[in-house]
Amino acid sequence: MRFRSWKKLWKKAVTPMKLKTGIYWGAGCGGCDVAVLDVHEKILLVAEKMELLFWPIAMDFKYEDVEKMEDGEFDIVMYNGAIRNSENEEIAKLLRKKSKTMVALGACAHLGGLIAMANFHTRESLLNRVYLETESTDNPDSVIPAEKWKKGEEELELPAFHSTVKTLDQVVDVDYYIPGCPPVPDQIVSALVQVWEGKLPGKGSVIGAGERTLCDECPREKEEKSITEFKRPVDAIPEPEKCLLEQGFLCLGPVTREGCGARCIKTNVPCRGCYGPLEEVNDQGLRMLSALASVLEPKEEKAIDELISQLPDPLRTFYRFSAAASILRRKKV
Amino acid sequence: MTFEPKIVGFLCNWCSYTGADLAGTSRIKYSPNIRSIRVMCSGRIEPTFIVKALYEGADGVLIAGCHPGDCHYQEGNYKALRRYRMLRMILPGFGIEPERVRLEWVAASEGERFANVVDEFTDQIRDLGPLKVRDSLERILSEDAIPELEEAMEESGDANEA
Repeated sequence: MRFRSWKKLWKKAVTPMKLKTGIYWGAGCGGCDVAVLDVHEKILLVAEKMELLFWPIAMDFKYEDVEKMEDGEFDIVMYNGAIRNSENEEIAKLLRKKSKTMVALGACAHLGGLIAMANFHTRESLLNRVYLETESTDNPDSVIPAEKWKKGEEELELPAFHSTVKTLDQVVDVDYYIPGCPPVPDQIVSALVQVWEGKLPGKGSVIGAGERTLCDECPREKEEKSITEFKRPVDAIPEPEKCLLEQGFLCLGPVTREGCGARCIKTNVPCRGCYGPLEEVNDQGLRMLSALASVLEPKEEKAIDELISQLPDPLRTFYRFSAAASILRRKKV
Repeated sequence: MTFEPKIVGFLCNWCSYTGADLAGTSRIKYSPNIRSIRVMCSGRIEPTFIVKALYEGADGVLIAGCHPGDCHYQEGNYKALRRYRMLRMILPGFGIEPERVRLEWVAASEGERFANVVDEFTDQIRDLGPLKVRDSLERILSEDAIPELEEAMEESGDANEA
Protein backbone atom coordinates (compact mmCIF):
# COMPACT_ATOMS: atom_id res chain seq x y z
CA MET A 1 0.00 0.00 0.00
CA ARG A 2 1.30 3.46 -0.83
CA PHE A 3 1.02 6.06 1.84
CA ARG A 4 -2.20 7.87 1.44
CA SER A 5 -2.20 11.58 2.03
CA TRP A 6 -2.97 11.96 5.70
CA LYS A 7 -4.44 15.40 5.15
CA LYS A 8 -7.10 14.02 2.86
CA LEU A 9 -7.78 11.21 5.26
CA TRP A 10 -7.95 13.64 8.08
CA LYS A 11 -10.67 15.72 6.51
CA LYS A 12 -12.76 12.61 6.14
CA ALA A 13 -12.20 11.48 9.68
CA VAL A 14 -15.14 12.73 11.66
CA THR A 15 -15.58 11.37 15.14
CA PRO A 16 -17.85 13.28 17.47
CA MET A 17 -16.19 12.08 20.64
CA LYS A 18 -12.60 11.64 21.60
CA LEU A 19 -11.49 8.04 21.68
CA LYS A 20 -10.38 6.89 25.08
CA THR A 21 -6.93 5.52 24.42
CA GLY A 22 -4.28 3.57 26.28
CA ILE A 23 -0.77 2.80 25.13
CA TYR A 24 1.28 0.29 27.04
CA TRP A 25 4.68 -1.32 26.69
CA GLY A 26 5.39 -4.88 27.63
CA ALA A 27 8.78 -6.38 26.91
CA GLY A 28 10.00 -3.93 24.33
CA CYS A 29 12.56 -1.22 23.82
CA GLY A 30 10.22 1.78 23.76
CA GLY A 31 10.83 2.28 20.06
CA CYS A 32 7.13 1.82 19.30
CA ASP A 33 6.19 4.53 21.80
CA VAL A 34 8.74 6.79 20.17
CA ALA A 35 7.30 5.90 16.76
CA VAL A 36 3.93 7.20 18.01
CA LEU A 37 5.62 10.47 18.98
CA ASP A 38 7.47 10.50 15.66
CA VAL A 39 4.31 11.40 13.81
CA HIS A 40 5.62 14.92 14.50
CA GLU A 41 3.02 17.67 14.08
CA LYS A 42 0.33 15.09 13.48
CA ILE A 43 0.58 14.32 17.18
CA LEU A 44 -1.60 17.44 17.65
CA LEU A 45 -4.26 15.83 15.52
CA VAL A 46 -3.87 12.65 17.53
CA ALA A 47 -4.44 14.70 20.69
CA GLU A 48 -7.52 16.23 19.10
CA LYS A 49 -9.08 12.86 18.37
CA MET A 50 -7.84 10.83 21.26
CA GLU A 51 -7.92 11.15 24.99
CA LEU A 52 -4.92 9.44 26.48
CA LEU A 53 -5.88 7.78 29.73
CA PHE A 54 -2.86 5.54 30.13
CA TRP A 55 0.63 5.82 28.63
CA PRO A 56 3.38 4.93 31.10
CA ILE A 57 6.31 6.04 28.94
CA ALA A 58 4.99 9.57 28.47
CA MET A 59 2.67 10.36 31.34
CA ASP A 60 2.32 9.47 35.01
CA PHE A 61 -0.35 6.83 35.47
CA LYS A 62 -0.58 3.95 37.87
CA TYR A 63 -1.96 0.47 37.37
CA GLU A 64 -4.57 1.26 40.02
CA ASP A 65 -5.99 3.96 37.73
CA VAL A 66 -6.66 1.29 35.14
CA GLU A 67 -8.04 -1.17 37.66
CA LYS A 68 -10.59 1.45 38.76
CA MET A 69 -11.90 1.85 35.22
CA GLU A 70 -15.05 0.19 33.94
CA ASP A 71 -14.70 -2.92 31.83
CA GLY A 72 -14.50 -1.94 28.18
CA GLU A 73 -13.98 1.75 29.00
CA PHE A 74 -10.98 2.18 26.71
CA ASP A 75 -12.06 2.54 23.10
CA ILE A 76 -8.64 1.43 21.99
CA VAL A 77 -5.54 0.07 23.66
CA MET A 78 -2.28 -0.21 21.75
CA TYR A 79 0.02 -2.75 23.35
CA ASN A 80 3.62 -2.82 22.21
CA GLY A 81 6.30 -5.23 23.35
CA ALA A 82 6.17 -8.97 23.84
CA ILE A 83 5.14 -11.03 26.85
CA ARG A 84 8.37 -11.79 28.67
CA ASN A 85 7.33 -11.87 32.35
CA SER A 86 4.30 -12.17 34.59
CA GLU A 87 3.84 -8.38 34.77
CA ASN A 88 3.56 -8.11 30.97
CA GLU A 89 0.95 -10.85 31.00
CA GLU A 90 -1.07 -9.50 33.92
CA ILE A 91 -1.28 -6.01 32.46
CA ALA A 92 -2.14 -7.40 29.02
CA LYS A 93 -5.05 -9.28 30.57
CA LEU A 94 -6.12 -6.25 32.59
CA LEU A 95 -6.04 -3.95 29.57
CA ARG A 96 -7.90 -6.50 27.46
CA LYS A 97 -10.67 -6.53 30.04
CA LYS A 98 -10.85 -2.74 30.10
CA SER A 99 -10.81 -2.16 26.35
CA LYS A 100 -13.14 -2.47 23.39
CA THR A 101 -10.37 -2.78 20.82
CA MET A 102 -6.95 -4.24 21.48
CA VAL A 103 -4.21 -3.50 18.97
CA ALA A 104 -0.83 -5.23 18.92
CA LEU A 105 1.58 -2.45 18.00
CA GLY A 106 4.95 -3.36 16.54
CA ALA A 107 6.85 -6.55 15.82
CA CYS A 108 7.24 -7.69 19.45
CA ALA A 109 3.52 -7.67 20.25
CA HIS A 110 2.75 -8.99 16.77
CA LEU A 111 5.36 -11.78 16.39
CA GLY A 112 7.56 -11.79 19.48
CA GLY A 113 10.14 -9.51 17.92
CA LEU A 114 13.87 -9.49 18.46
CA ILE A 115 13.62 -10.55 22.08
CA ALA A 116 11.83 -13.74 21.07
CA MET A 117 15.20 -15.03 19.84
CA ALA A 118 15.61 -15.85 23.54
CA ASN A 119 13.26 -18.76 22.81
CA PHE A 120 16.23 -20.57 21.29
CA HIS A 121 17.64 -20.79 24.81
CA THR A 122 16.38 -21.97 28.18
CA ARG A 123 15.52 -19.66 31.05
CA GLU A 124 18.44 -21.01 33.09
CA SER A 125 20.99 -20.54 30.33
CA LEU A 126 19.79 -16.97 29.77
CA LEU A 127 20.05 -16.03 33.44
CA ASN A 128 23.44 -17.71 33.76
CA ARG A 129 24.77 -15.96 30.71
CA VAL A 130 23.56 -12.53 31.73
CA TYR A 131 24.31 -12.63 35.46
CA LEU A 132 27.32 -14.94 35.65
CA GLU A 133 29.11 -15.56 32.41
CA THR A 134 29.37 -12.45 30.27
CA GLU A 135 32.87 -11.07 29.88
CA SER A 136 31.88 -7.82 31.59
CA THR A 137 30.05 -9.39 34.53
CA ASP A 138 31.33 -8.63 38.01
CA ASN A 139 29.19 -10.69 40.33
CA PRO A 140 31.45 -12.22 43.02
CA ASP A 141 28.56 -13.65 45.07
CA SER A 142 26.92 -15.16 41.97
CA VAL A 143 23.62 -13.46 42.68
CA ILE A 144 20.78 -14.20 40.31
CA PRO A 145 17.60 -12.12 40.71
CA ALA A 146 15.00 -13.90 42.81
CA GLU A 147 11.28 -13.40 42.48
CA LYS A 148 10.97 -12.79 46.22
CA TRP A 149 13.46 -11.14 48.55
CA LYS A 150 13.05 -10.75 52.28
CA LYS A 151 15.05 -8.83 54.84
CA GLY A 152 13.59 -8.37 58.31
CA GLU A 153 10.12 -6.94 57.92
CA GLU A 154 10.57 -5.97 54.33
CA GLU A 155 9.63 -8.17 51.43
CA LEU A 156 10.19 -7.29 47.81
CA GLU A 157 8.72 -9.02 44.83
CA LEU A 158 9.75 -9.05 41.19
CA PRO A 159 7.67 -10.25 38.25
CA ALA A 160 8.32 -13.89 37.33
CA PHE A 161 10.66 -14.32 34.37
CA HIS A 162 8.83 -16.61 31.94
CA SER A 163 10.44 -19.58 30.24
CA THR A 164 9.17 -18.52 26.83
CA VAL A 165 8.64 -15.19 25.10
CA LYS A 166 5.08 -14.95 23.79
CA THR A 167 3.27 -12.77 21.34
CA LEU A 168 0.39 -10.68 22.64
CA ASP A 169 -2.20 -12.89 20.96
CA GLN A 170 -0.80 -15.93 22.73
CA VAL A 171 -2.08 -14.53 26.04
CA VAL A 172 -5.10 -12.36 25.14
CA ASP A 173 -7.54 -11.90 22.30
CA VAL A 174 -6.15 -9.33 19.83
CA ASP A 175 -8.34 -7.37 17.40
CA TYR A 176 -5.75 -5.78 15.09
CA TYR A 177 -2.05 -5.78 14.38
CA ILE A 178 0.16 -2.88 13.33
CA PRO A 179 3.46 -4.48 12.28
CA GLY A 180 7.01 -3.13 12.14
CA CYS A 181 10.11 -2.61 14.22
CA PRO A 182 9.17 0.06 14.81
CA PRO A 183 6.01 0.72 12.78
CA VAL A 184 6.42 3.56 10.29
CA PRO A 185 4.88 6.63 11.97
CA ASP A 186 2.78 7.50 8.91
CA GLN A 187 1.39 3.98 8.97
CA ILE A 188 0.43 4.38 12.62
CA VAL A 189 -1.49 7.51 11.66
CA SER A 190 -3.18 5.81 8.73
CA ALA A 191 -4.17 2.93 11.00
CA LEU A 192 -5.55 5.36 13.60
CA VAL A 193 -7.49 7.15 10.88
CA GLN A 194 -9.06 3.81 10.04
CA VAL A 195 -10.12 3.58 13.68
CA TRP A 196 -11.61 7.09 13.68
CA GLU A 197 -13.37 6.54 10.41
CA GLY A 198 -14.77 3.29 11.70
CA LYS A 199 -13.45 1.65 8.56
CA LEU A 200 -11.63 -1.21 10.14
CA PRO A 201 -11.34 -4.51 8.31
CA GLY A 202 -12.30 -7.85 9.84
CA LYS A 203 -11.07 -8.77 13.28
CA GLY A 204 -7.56 -10.21 13.35
CA SER A 205 -6.40 -8.17 10.35
CA VAL A 206 -3.07 -6.48 9.96
CA ILE A 207 -3.64 -2.73 9.57
CA GLY A 208 -1.20 -0.01 8.59
CA ALA A 209 0.54 -2.24 6.02
CA GLY A 210 -0.05 -3.71 2.58
CA GLU A 211 -1.13 -7.07 1.25
CA ARG A 212 1.83 -7.90 -1.00
CA THR A 213 5.47 -8.68 -0.31
CA LEU A 214 8.15 -6.08 0.12
CA CYS A 215 9.59 -7.16 -3.26
CA ASP A 216 6.47 -5.69 -4.88
CA GLU A 217 7.22 -2.35 -3.27
CA CYS A 218 11.00 -2.52 -3.70
CA PRO A 219 12.33 -0.10 -6.33
CA ARG A 220 15.38 -2.21 -7.26
CA GLU A 221 15.84 -4.01 -10.54
CA LYS A 222 15.18 -7.71 -10.38
CA GLU A 223 16.34 -10.40 -12.76
CA GLU A 224 16.70 -14.16 -12.61
CA LYS A 225 18.07 -15.13 -9.21
CA SER A 226 20.91 -17.62 -8.91
CA ILE A 227 22.98 -17.17 -5.79
CA THR A 228 26.56 -18.43 -5.80
CA GLU A 229 27.91 -16.68 -2.71
CA PHE A 230 26.65 -14.89 0.36
CA LYS A 231 27.86 -11.51 1.48
CA ARG A 232 27.16 -9.37 4.51
CA PRO A 233 26.89 -5.59 4.44
CA VAL A 234 30.18 -5.49 6.39
CA ASP A 235 31.95 -7.36 3.58
CA ALA A 236 30.96 -5.22 0.62
CA ILE A 237 28.84 -2.25 -0.32
CA PRO A 238 25.81 -3.39 -2.31
CA GLU A 239 25.09 -1.91 -5.72
CA PRO A 240 22.23 0.50 -5.09
CA GLU A 241 20.07 -0.33 -8.13
CA LYS A 242 20.18 -4.11 -8.16
CA CYS A 243 18.21 -6.67 -6.12
CA LEU A 244 20.13 -7.34 -2.91
CA LEU A 245 19.36 -11.04 -2.93
CA GLU A 246 20.77 -11.39 -6.45
CA GLN A 247 23.97 -9.78 -5.15
CA GLY A 248 24.19 -12.35 -2.36
CA PHE A 249 22.98 -10.18 0.51
CA LEU A 250 20.40 -12.05 2.54
CA CYS A 251 17.23 -9.98 2.22
CA LEU A 252 13.93 -11.11 3.71
CA GLY A 253 11.90 -9.07 1.23
CA PRO A 254 10.33 -12.10 -0.48
CA VAL A 255 8.63 -13.23 2.74
CA THR A 256 7.89 -9.88 4.35
CA ARG A 257 4.79 -7.75 4.14
CA GLU A 258 5.08 -4.43 2.34
CA GLY A 259 4.07 -1.18 4.01
CA CYS A 260 7.31 0.21 5.40
CA GLY A 261 8.07 2.11 2.20
CA ALA A 262 11.16 -0.10 1.72
CA ARG A 263 12.98 2.10 4.21
CA CYS A 264 15.93 -0.23 4.76
CA ILE A 265 16.25 -1.13 1.08
CA LYS A 266 16.44 2.54 0.15
CA THR A 267 19.41 3.00 2.47
CA ASN A 268 21.13 -0.01 0.88
CA VAL A 269 20.42 -2.34 3.77
CA PRO A 270 18.72 -5.72 3.24
CA CYS A 271 15.27 -6.31 4.70
CA ARG A 272 15.25 -8.05 8.06
CA GLY A 273 11.60 -9.00 7.96
CA CYS A 274 10.15 -6.81 10.72
CA TYR A 275 6.77 -6.34 8.98
CA GLY A 276 6.17 -10.05 9.36
CA PRO A 277 4.72 -12.65 7.05
CA LEU A 278 1.84 -12.25 4.63
CA GLU A 279 -1.68 -13.44 5.31
CA GLU A 280 -1.95 -17.27 5.29
CA VAL A 281 1.76 -17.73 6.04
CA ASN A 282 2.18 -19.22 9.47
CA ASP A 283 5.95 -19.45 9.67
CA GLN A 284 7.99 -16.62 8.19
CA GLY A 285 11.35 -18.23 8.91
CA LEU A 286 10.57 -21.49 7.15
CA ARG A 287 9.08 -19.57 4.25
CA MET A 288 12.34 -17.65 3.89
CA LEU A 289 14.33 -20.86 4.07
CA SER A 290 12.17 -22.28 1.32
CA ALA A 291 12.42 -19.19 -0.88
CA LEU A 292 16.15 -18.87 -0.42
CA ALA A 293 16.85 -22.55 -1.11
CA SER A 294 14.96 -22.32 -4.37
CA VAL A 295 17.24 -19.58 -5.76
CA LEU A 296 20.63 -21.05 -4.87
CA GLU A 297 22.82 -22.09 -7.78
CA PRO A 298 24.47 -25.37 -6.67
CA LYS A 299 22.79 -28.72 -7.26
CA GLU A 300 25.11 -31.09 -5.46
CA GLU A 301 25.07 -31.77 -1.78
CA LYS A 302 28.67 -30.79 -1.14
CA ALA A 303 28.47 -27.51 -3.03
CA ILE A 304 25.13 -26.70 -1.37
CA ASP A 305 26.56 -27.31 2.10
CA GLU A 306 29.57 -25.18 1.28
CA LEU A 307 27.39 -22.30 0.17
CA ILE A 308 24.89 -22.42 3.02
CA SER A 309 27.70 -22.68 5.57
CA GLN A 310 28.52 -19.08 4.57
CA LEU A 311 25.18 -17.97 5.99
CA PRO A 312 25.81 -16.16 9.25
CA ASP A 313 23.45 -17.67 11.85
CA PRO A 314 20.66 -18.72 9.48
CA LEU A 315 18.25 -19.64 12.28
CA ARG A 316 18.22 -16.19 13.85
CA THR A 317 18.37 -14.47 10.50
CA PHE A 318 15.25 -16.22 9.26
CA TYR A 319 13.49 -15.82 12.61
CA ARG A 320 14.85 -12.41 13.54
CA PHE A 321 11.41 -11.09 14.46
CA SER A 322 9.08 -14.07 14.33
CA ALA A 323 10.47 -16.82 16.56
CA ALA A 324 7.61 -16.64 19.07
CA ALA A 325 5.03 -16.78 16.27
CA SER A 326 6.65 -19.74 14.51
CA ILE A 327 5.13 -23.23 14.46
CA LEU A 328 7.57 -24.65 17.00
CA ARG A 329 7.74 -21.42 19.05
CA ARG A 330 10.86 -22.33 21.02
CA LYS A 331 13.74 -24.73 21.50
CA LYS A 332 12.52 -28.08 22.72
CA VAL A 333 13.66 -28.94 26.25
CA MET B 1 5.14 -51.48 25.13
CA THR B 2 7.84 -50.88 22.57
CA PHE B 3 7.92 -47.53 20.87
CA GLU B 4 6.53 -47.58 17.34
CA PRO B 5 7.54 -44.42 15.54
CA LYS B 6 5.08 -42.45 13.47
CA ILE B 7 6.65 -41.49 10.18
CA VAL B 8 5.20 -39.21 7.56
CA GLY B 9 6.43 -39.78 4.04
CA PHE B 10 6.12 -37.16 1.31
CA LEU B 11 6.56 -39.01 -1.96
CA CYS B 12 6.75 -37.48 -5.39
CA ASN B 13 4.13 -38.60 -7.84
CA TRP B 14 6.40 -39.53 -10.74
CA CYS B 15 9.14 -41.62 -9.17
CA SER B 16 8.90 -42.34 -5.47
CA TYR B 17 5.17 -42.88 -5.09
CA THR B 18 5.28 -45.18 -8.09
CA GLY B 19 8.26 -46.91 -6.47
CA ALA B 20 6.26 -47.35 -3.27
CA ASP B 21 3.41 -48.70 -5.36
CA LEU B 22 5.76 -51.19 -6.94
CA ALA B 23 6.89 -52.31 -3.49
CA GLY B 24 3.24 -52.97 -2.73
CA THR B 25 2.35 -54.79 -5.93
CA SER B 26 5.56 -56.84 -5.62
CA ARG B 27 4.39 -57.83 -2.13
CA ILE B 28 7.61 -56.65 -0.48
CA LYS B 29 7.23 -56.43 3.27
CA TYR B 30 8.35 -53.24 4.97
CA SER B 31 7.67 -51.34 8.18
CA PRO B 32 4.07 -50.17 8.47
CA ASN B 33 5.19 -47.04 10.38
CA ILE B 34 5.19 -44.80 7.33
CA ARG B 35 2.13 -42.78 6.34
CA SER B 36 2.64 -41.89 2.71
CA ILE B 37 1.43 -38.63 1.22
CA ARG B 38 1.63 -38.19 -2.53
CA VAL B 39 2.75 -34.81 -3.80
CA MET B 40 3.34 -33.87 -7.41
CA CYS B 41 7.04 -33.13 -6.92
CA SER B 42 9.58 -33.21 -4.12
CA GLY B 43 10.06 -29.52 -4.95
CA ARG B 44 6.51 -28.94 -3.74
CA ILE B 45 7.34 -30.02 -0.21
CA GLU B 46 7.66 -26.87 1.79
CA PRO B 47 9.73 -26.92 4.97
CA THR B 48 6.52 -25.82 6.67
CA PHE B 49 4.92 -29.20 5.84
CA ILE B 50 7.82 -31.04 7.43
CA VAL B 51 7.91 -28.95 10.58
CA LYS B 52 4.12 -29.04 10.90
CA ALA B 53 4.23 -32.83 10.67
CA LEU B 54 6.83 -32.98 13.44
CA TYR B 55 4.83 -30.55 15.56
CA GLU B 56 1.61 -32.50 15.06
CA GLY B 57 3.12 -35.73 16.32
CA ALA B 58 5.33 -37.33 13.66
CA ASP B 59 8.59 -38.74 15.02
CA GLY B 60 10.27 -38.57 11.64
CA VAL B 61 9.66 -37.29 8.12
CA LEU B 62 10.83 -38.98 4.94
CA ILE B 63 11.00 -37.05 1.70
CA ALA B 64 11.45 -39.04 -1.46
CA GLY B 65 11.90 -37.75 -4.98
CA CYS B 66 13.31 -38.61 -8.39
CA HIS B 67 17.05 -39.16 -8.76
CA PRO B 68 19.07 -36.05 -9.73
CA GLY B 69 18.58 -35.34 -13.41
CA ASP B 70 15.34 -37.35 -13.52
CA CYS B 71 12.90 -34.76 -12.14
CA HIS B 72 9.69 -34.61 -14.14
CA TYR B 73 9.83 -30.84 -13.71
CA GLN B 74 13.59 -30.55 -14.42
CA GLU B 75 14.68 -28.79 -11.21
CA GLY B 76 12.20 -29.68 -8.45
CA ASN B 77 14.36 -32.28 -6.74
CA TYR B 78 17.33 -29.90 -6.58
CA LYS B 79 15.14 -27.42 -4.76
CA ALA B 80 14.08 -30.20 -2.42
CA LEU B 81 17.71 -31.09 -1.76
CA ARG B 82 18.67 -27.50 -0.98
CA ARG B 83 15.69 -27.01 1.33
CA TYR B 84 16.49 -30.26 3.06
CA ARG B 85 20.13 -29.35 3.65
CA MET B 86 19.15 -25.96 5.02
CA LEU B 87 16.35 -27.30 7.20
CA ARG B 88 18.79 -29.77 8.74
CA MET B 89 20.97 -26.79 9.62
CA ILE B 90 18.30 -25.00 11.61
CA LEU B 91 16.46 -27.90 13.29
CA PRO B 92 18.99 -28.23 16.16
CA GLY B 93 18.14 -24.63 17.11
CA PHE B 94 14.65 -25.89 17.88
CA GLY B 95 16.07 -28.82 19.82
CA ILE B 96 15.16 -31.36 17.15
CA GLU B 97 17.67 -33.91 15.87
CA PRO B 98 18.28 -33.33 12.15
CA GLU B 99 18.31 -37.12 11.65
CA ARG B 100 14.54 -37.09 12.08
CA VAL B 101 14.23 -35.70 8.58
CA ARG B 102 15.61 -37.68 5.67
CA LEU B 103 15.70 -37.19 1.93
CA GLU B 104 16.09 -40.15 -0.41
CA TRP B 105 15.97 -40.59 -4.16
CA VAL B 106 13.67 -43.44 -5.15
CA ALA B 107 12.97 -44.21 -8.81
CA ALA B 108 9.74 -45.74 -10.09
CA SER B 109 11.53 -49.05 -10.61
CA GLU B 110 13.05 -49.16 -7.12
CA GLY B 111 10.34 -50.88 -5.07
CA GLU B 112 12.93 -52.90 -3.20
CA ARG B 113 14.97 -49.81 -2.42
CA PHE B 114 11.89 -47.98 -1.14
CA ALA B 115 11.17 -50.82 1.26
CA ASN B 116 14.78 -50.83 2.48
CA VAL B 117 14.80 -47.07 2.99
CA VAL B 118 11.60 -47.20 5.04
CA ASP B 119 12.89 -50.09 7.19
CA GLU B 120 16.20 -48.42 7.80
CA PHE B 121 14.65 -45.03 8.58
CA THR B 122 12.11 -46.62 10.93
CA ASP B 123 14.94 -48.29 12.87
CA GLN B 124 16.81 -45.00 13.01
CA ILE B 125 13.80 -43.17 14.43
CA ARG B 126 13.11 -46.01 16.84
CA ASP B 127 16.64 -45.53 18.20
CA LEU B 128 16.10 -41.78 18.52
CA GLY B 129 12.89 -42.32 20.51
CA PRO B 130 9.65 -40.35 20.53
CA LEU B 131 9.83 -36.65 19.59
CA LYS B 132 6.79 -35.25 21.42
CA VAL B 133 7.59 -31.67 20.55
CA ARG B 134 4.08 -30.40 21.28
CA ASP B 135 3.96 -32.09 24.69
CA SER B 136 7.27 -30.53 25.57
CA LEU B 137 6.04 -27.10 24.50
CA GLU B 138 2.85 -27.44 26.53
CA ARG B 139 4.81 -28.59 29.55
CA ILE B 140 7.20 -25.67 29.50
CA LEU B 141 4.43 -23.15 28.84
CA SER B 142 2.56 -24.44 31.88
CA GLU B 143 5.55 -23.33 33.97
CA ASP B 144 4.71 -19.76 33.02
CA ALA B 145 1.13 -19.96 34.34
CA ILE B 146 0.27 -17.31 36.91
CA PRO B 147 -1.78 -19.08 39.60
CA GLU B 148 -3.50 -16.00 41.12
CA LEU B 149 -4.44 -14.77 37.67
CA GLU B 150 -5.93 -18.11 36.67
CA GLU B 151 -7.94 -18.15 39.88
CA ALA B 152 -9.21 -14.63 39.28
CA MET B 153 -10.17 -15.52 35.71
CA GLU B 154 -12.00 -18.61 36.91
CA GLU B 155 -13.85 -16.61 39.54
CA SER B 156 -14.97 -13.99 37.08
CA GLY B 157 -15.96 -16.81 34.74
CA ASP B 158 -18.11 -18.35 37.51
CA ALA B 159 -19.68 -14.98 38.24
CA ASN B 160 -20.63 -14.59 34.57
CA GLU B 161 -22.22 -18.01 34.51
CA ALA B 162 -24.21 -17.28 37.67
